Amino acid sequence: MTVNSKLIERLAPWIAVVVLVMIWEVTVRLFNVPSFIFPGALETAQALITYAGPIGQHSWQTFWTTLIGFGLGVAVGLVLGFIIGSSRFLYNACYPLLVGFNAIPKVAFVPILVVWFGIGSVPAILTAFLICFFPIVVNVATGLATLEPEMEDVLRVLGARRMDVLLKVGLPRSLPYFFASLKIAITLAFVGTVVSETVASNQGIGYLMMSAGSQMRMGLVFAGLLVISAMAMVMYELFAQLEKRMTAWAHRS
Amino acid sequence: MSAAFVRFDDVSLAYDGTGNAIEDINLSIREGEFVAFVGPSGCGKSTFMKLCTGLHAPTQGSVSVDGAPVTGPLKISGMAFQNANLLPWRTTLDNVLLPLEIVEPYRRQFRKRREEFVGWARSLLKTVGLAEHENKYPWQLSGGMQQRASICRALIHQPRLLMLDEPFGALDAFTREELWCVLRDLWEAQRFTVVLVTHDLREAAFLADTVYVMSRRPGRVIERRSIELPRPRALETTYEKPFIDLVQELRAQIGEVRST
Repeated sequence: MTVNSKLIERLAPWIAVVVLVMIWEVTVRLFNVPSFIFPGALETAQALITYAGPIGQHSWQTFWTTLIGFGLGVAVGLVLGFIIGSSRFLYNACYPLLVGFNAIPKVAFVPILVVWFGIGSVPAILTAFLICFFPIVVNVATGLATLEPEMEDVLRVLGARRMDVLLKVGLPRSLPYFFASLKIAITLAFVGTVVSETVASNQGIGYLMMSAGSQMRMGLVFAGLLVISAMAMVMYELFAQLEKRMTAWAHRS
Repeated sequence: MSAAFVRFDDVSLAYDGTGNAIEDINLSIREGEFVAFVGPSGCGKSTFMKLCTGLHAPTQGSVSVDGAPVTGPLKISGMAFQNANLLPWRTTLDNVLLPLEIVEPYRRQFRKRREEFVGWARSLLKTVGLAEHENKYPWQLSGGMQQRASICRALIHQPRLLMLDEPFGALDAFTREELWCVLRDLWEAQRFTVVLVTHDLREAAFLADTVYVMSRRPGRVIERRSIELPRPRALETTYEKPFIDLVQELRAQIGEVRST
């Protein structure tokens, strides 16, 4: 009984996927939607297999540009978050700026980046970076800035320097915030890359979908969507596992 | 009069323009003395602790510890609060070791003498009854156990001055009495100077040599009372007549302070 219910619990997400795919296929057939508007699940799968070669090539392009952009985002986000979070003055000074910057739709940067760097991988990397570093900065800074004053007093009474407090308490304490932000940042990074590719590239999944769409090959467009979603999910899960391992103390049950 | 270890001369402190948090404090504490501060909420007891440890400088007057004026955080003091404030990512043992990673000269020697330091931490944990829990994380400990660990952390670097800010305030009555005895035994064994801030008059009377009663804000010392009960004191003392009378007198004084 318990073994069964556990099994069902583990299978639940897969069951949901199967059900969704079936609804998709049935709806398309039932309402006779033409495939150049909205292809069914089967047709999408077919496109996925037929164009496996080019899809693989373009997704690899998207994958590594995203990872580089994400890596930059993590590095800059950590440093900036640490600096802003470690001083009340900087926190107050920079926070509105960051919020204002974050409110700009990142697509708006793509034309600028194209002027500066031409089309191709560089704008994609930079868009991914621009879109994903914000949650990291905010989380790391918040983790550091919300340090309990008593905890700080405990160390200061011992003659701890500001740096001691930050390294011994602030940084470990902000790790759960940091890892939580990584999960958000990696999915955002994919968004950034694909957005940039659709506008300013001749490589990558974004470009593939754009050109397939212009030729009304909607099966291929949807195949592209599925691949992006799969890549983002795998990366998300990877960081979720990493978070669990690194900050087990924060996830007690 | 024996030489004062902690000395306050006409000390006042105002955090901002709204008036003094504490005012005209004159007192001296001997080395090895156990003093307790009691008073109504907001009477500046915690302010007193901050002055004593150098976390805050007085607006007027001077504070000196061990013959030298206090200018910055003292390294000879340990501190424990109402919340245990243990670091959740460290085991109990590592939490207790924390001060040794910060205070000189241990800080420099930490890697080399780690084994020895762990030994100190273990023996401290043993005296407070946490020997079997050294590898547990704070959230695996009960509130009382966390507070014990917190007191160990305050004592690991062998401070000469222990500051306790309502350390037992959040515990249930039985655990609290148990920890009084733990603290009493630690103090009897090592005789460091203790400044205990508390709301609990029984706690103050049971543990301290001297009880200071403070007035409402701005906090002044309105009574200094030596507790003459013989040591070592057993917990049963607290249920006997002389002790009860003492507590009642203190209670009456606090009552007056609150009503004026």
